[in-house]
Amino acid sequence: MDRPRVADPELERRARLARWHVMSTVAASGAGHVGGPLSAIELLVALYFQVLDIRPDEPEWADRDRFILSKGHSAIGLYAVMAQRGYLPVAELASFDRGDSRLQGHPDATRLPGLDASTGSLGQGLAVGIGIALGARMRGRGFRTFVMLGDGECQEGMVWESVQVAARYGLDNLVAVVDQNDLQQYGWPPDDRRDARGDRGSPWSGTMLGDAFRAFGWRVMDVDGHDFDQVIGACSDARESVGQPTVIVARTVKGQGLSFTAGRYDWHARIPTPDELALARLELGIDASGQPT
Amino acid sequence: MRSQRETWGDTLAELAATNPDILVLDGDLASSTRADRFADAQPAQFLEMGIAEQNMVGVAVGLSTVGYIPWLSSFTVFLTHRALDQVRMLVAQPRANVKIGAAYSGLLTGLTGKTHQDVQDLAIMRAMPGMTVLVPGDEFECAAMTRWATTFDGPVYLRLTRDPSPALFDDSYRFRPGHVHQLREGSDVLLIATGPQTSRCMVAADMLAHEGVSAGVLHVPSIRPIDTDAVVRTVGRYPTLFSVEEHSVLGGLGGCMAEIISTHSPRRLVRIGIEDTWGESAPNDFLLERHGLTATRVAARVIAEMG
Repeated sequence: MDRPRVADPELERRARLARWHVMSTVAASGAGHVGGPLSAIELLVALYFQVLDIRPDEPEWADRDRFILSKGHSAIGLYAVMAQRGYLPVAELASFDRGDSRLQGHPDATRLPGLDASTGSLGQGLAVGIGIALGARMRGRGFRTFVMLGDGECQEGMVWESVQVAARYGLDNLVAVVDQNDLQQYGWPPDDRRDARGDRGSPWSGTMLGDAFRAFGWRVMDVDGHDFDQVIGACSDARESVGQPTVIVARTVKGQGLSFTAGRYDWHARIPTPDELALARLELGIDASGQPT
Repeated sequence: MRSQRETWGDTLAELAATNPDILVLDGDLASSTRADRFADAQPAQFLEMGIAEQNMVGVAVGLSTVGYIPWLSSFTVFLTHRALDQVRMLVAQPRANVKIGAAYSGLLTGLTGKTHQDVQDLAIMRAMPGMTVLVPGDEFECAAMTRWATTFDGPVYLRLTRDPSPALFDDSYRFRPGHVHQLREGSDVLLIATGPQTSRCMVAADMLAHEGVSAGVLHVPSIRPIDTDAVVRTVGRYPTLFSVEEHSVLGGLGGCMAEIISTHSPRRLVRIGIEDTWGESAPNDFLLERHGLTATRVAARVIAEMG
């Protein structure tokens, strides 16, 4: 990708607001994940505001593009972006992880309209995406299916079953987006890879993740996962694929957007303290009314 | 006699001839599960998924969300053990309209041994909220269940056997979920069985009659849901009950009966099945004998327990 980096001010504001909602919701609920949602925010904002052909007021629209968050523990990031897109009231984020909530700790498609699959146990979303994409092709429907995976998640063996079968069926209406934030919950000790973006070993140190997909027959695009223009461009370019599924390997930073969470593995699922929440508000430029400046 | 796996493959092929939404996804075992009969008849509705059962389950779920009715074809053990988490999270929890065609159930799996025998599947699947668990006793029941499951909106687990077994019913059989069938009346003991084990219990009841023991036989093809009231009404007429199954004595039909009986109609229940052990490669007769499931062994056990 050789596109100029052009930050869309509206998307950038939405990303800051989504990050604030992640932090404030997790702090209020005393539960949830932080690092993974924050690394995926630009990807989610780009998908929901620029890429996906969807109708938030008609979540079951038959010809909508599908999106599956296979890395389901980043649910709060997804909910924050879906709320801005109009799938749920922003105020409902306060119900996250509470009893009877539509906003479960991991996405529950039986509760929240707009979710195309229930996820949580890692490695399973891509297979569902294959079924949807295969079904769309068999029915002659033109919509596309996007599945977001984590790089840690790609350690699950089932992912590679899916990678092989997607290529075997030549599903060019399927796009996988790997949020390669270079950290996982605990993982290996720090290594000396020069491009490591976190404070512990990369989930894929020693393996080029994109090359692995390529070897299975996928079309591979590498992007900066925090660059809207690159992400949106890659999603658009994926339309050109013929007879091959596409994977967008998005280089991201876990905990991106906050000085104290970026690149820190221990923010995988930490609860912000009041002081940290105040710092987050400051760094994200959120005003007293809860809006991004 | 037609085997259940052949019946299943043939029935699906018949249904698919008029319903293009019916699909079969196969984990590279179609020539064993007899999904090949479907593949031959309806090649456009047959999707080979390779030796990758976990992915296969997920693909079926995705297909179900765009209106297809996917049936899975594999060995029981790979569906309920290897792909258990996928069945749990992707199929059962969202109540996906996916049908699990679990061939080669129980001990009699064609000399494959303990790696391929599955004698825990009922314990696993019946503990799963949202799952329907069906165990046909013969080819007629198998065909009826296959038709019913294809029409029903929700996940269904269909436990199929490899080898032919004697008929219990005929082609007038109609399946009703939860229904239990008293196939033989008696007064001393009741044999409660499922799957082809019921036919072995019918023979055992004949043997017991010769010994002066009046044995009833209750066939339970629908492990979940189950008509608890009908079970309670039936067992209430017998002082001693025996559950008999080609499955572990832990958590399957015997477990199901123990739960119902201890709550609603406490009385003595002896659970006959595979004791807390694994199977092995051996001919069917050997395995049934080893695990006390032949008609002769069941009858002998009843007499021994009656003391």
